[in-house]
Amino acid sequence: MTTPHMTEEQLMDYCGGETAGREAVESHLRACPECAARCQSLRQVLALAASLPLPEPDVAFESRMWRGIRPQLEPRVARAGWREWIAVRRLVAVGAVAGLVLAAFVAGRYFPTNTGVAPAPVAQVTPQVRERILLVAVGDHLDRAQSILLEISNAEPAAAGSATVDFSREQQRAQQLLAANRIYRQTAGQTGDAAVAGFLDELEPLLVEIANSPGQVAPGELAELRRRIAARGLLLKVRVVGSAVRERQQPAAPAPAQGKS
Amino acid sequence: MADTDAAQVALVLGGDPDAYRVLVDRHSRRLFRLAYRMTGNEHDAEEVVQDALLRAYRRLEQFESRANFGTWLYRICANCALDRLRKQRGENLRVEPAAGEDPDAADPLDTAPSPEPGPERLALSGEMGAQVQTAMESLSATERMAFVLRHVEGLGLDEISASLGLNIGATKNSIFRAVQKLRRQLEPLVSEAR
Repeated sequence: MTTPHMTEEQLMDYCGGETAGREAVESHLRACPECAARCQSLRQVLALAASLPLPEPDVAFESRMWRGIRPQLEPRVARAGWREWIAVRRLVAVGAVAGLVLAAFVAGRYFPTNTGVAPAPVAQVTPQVRERILLVAVGDHLDRAQSILLEISNAEPAAAGSATVDFSREQQRAQQLLAANRIYRQTAGQTGDAAVAGFLDELEPLLVEIANSPGQVAPGELAELRRRIAARGLLLKVRVVGSAVRERQQPAAPAPAQGKS
Repeated sequence: MADTDAAQVALVLGGDPDAYRVLVDRHSRRLFRLAYRMTGNEHDAEEVVQDALLRAYRRLEQFESRANFGTWLYRICANCALDRLRKQRGENLRVEPAAGEDPDAADPLDTAPSPEPGPERLALSGEMGAQVQTAMESLSATERMAFVLRHVEGLGLDEISASLGLNIGATKNSIFRAVQKLRRQLEPLVSEAR
């Protein structure tokens, strides 16, 4: 008695990865050249249909998506339960404290100490001073970002016998930089600093990706990350933007005295 | 990562729309791949992704924090892509056969005219690529989505049926019809290549 041939549906289920009855199908295919040929043909058709080229979006893709939807995002009135409400409030409070600490740190770096002069009230801080405080903070931020990019670009390959590379340090540092990056990007955008805002905008998706990577990554994933850093020229850009920011931190030199004619 | 997604969702729901940016950065490329396979051109694919991101934002209250945000968003994107294809083709999709109807009867969408070839199609390097594109465009919106989710994205029938809003039987039927159509058009190419 001969075994009936497989139906089209059975073949499609099998080629689609259906696990139920898989062994019986394979057993039949080994014994039936006709069904084996039909299966082979179907596999080739499916592979061909799935082989259409897929373009990779450009580096500004995420930013473009965000800019496209951002004006339409209405803020929500919190509707969460009290636990979530407290959690969100705690995050906001932590952010506010972090901001104050950062401002104090930056101010401490910028303003000379032990001058014997009482600190100026906040209301008296001029726009120029505010801009320079921001520049100092952004300069530090860019230095840290450059440091991460360098570490990734120069990371040691996986140790012999190890299938993964330890990525936890970069991951943690990217997590720390991410919130600051967003704040500086928004601030730079609001103050019309297009160069800084544009670069931080480009940097952000990469920081997101690094921050959300597992602590251990496959060498191939690391190589891909390096390739993208190189392809976008991020190391060069962070140096150029950082250098420009540092130059702007310098107080304007006094105008040279006019020579007597 | 799921925890981080949920945390971002909590921030958005707490009143910070800018927290949504992290989710946009994290998931947009995967959505693009699906949208491109459905629409066949980059411009439409980007619009589908934006539609999906907006729709998800507006429905964020419906997202359950224990679920996977990526999967939830992916389903929304699949629906946006379907809506767009149906609108472009002026289709009024029959979701599943009504009682008494023959499920294998010709889908009215099968007769829907294919859109004009886009620049991506014309730019495909070889004749074979153009024929594959033509074959894909001959599928109805539902068939195309069912095929892409099953044989390109490798999703299970449960997930596909949830994305399409069909029962398992109707989902399998859509995949079956899609493969049959592709087979009729592409098998000669495969034979020639042998």
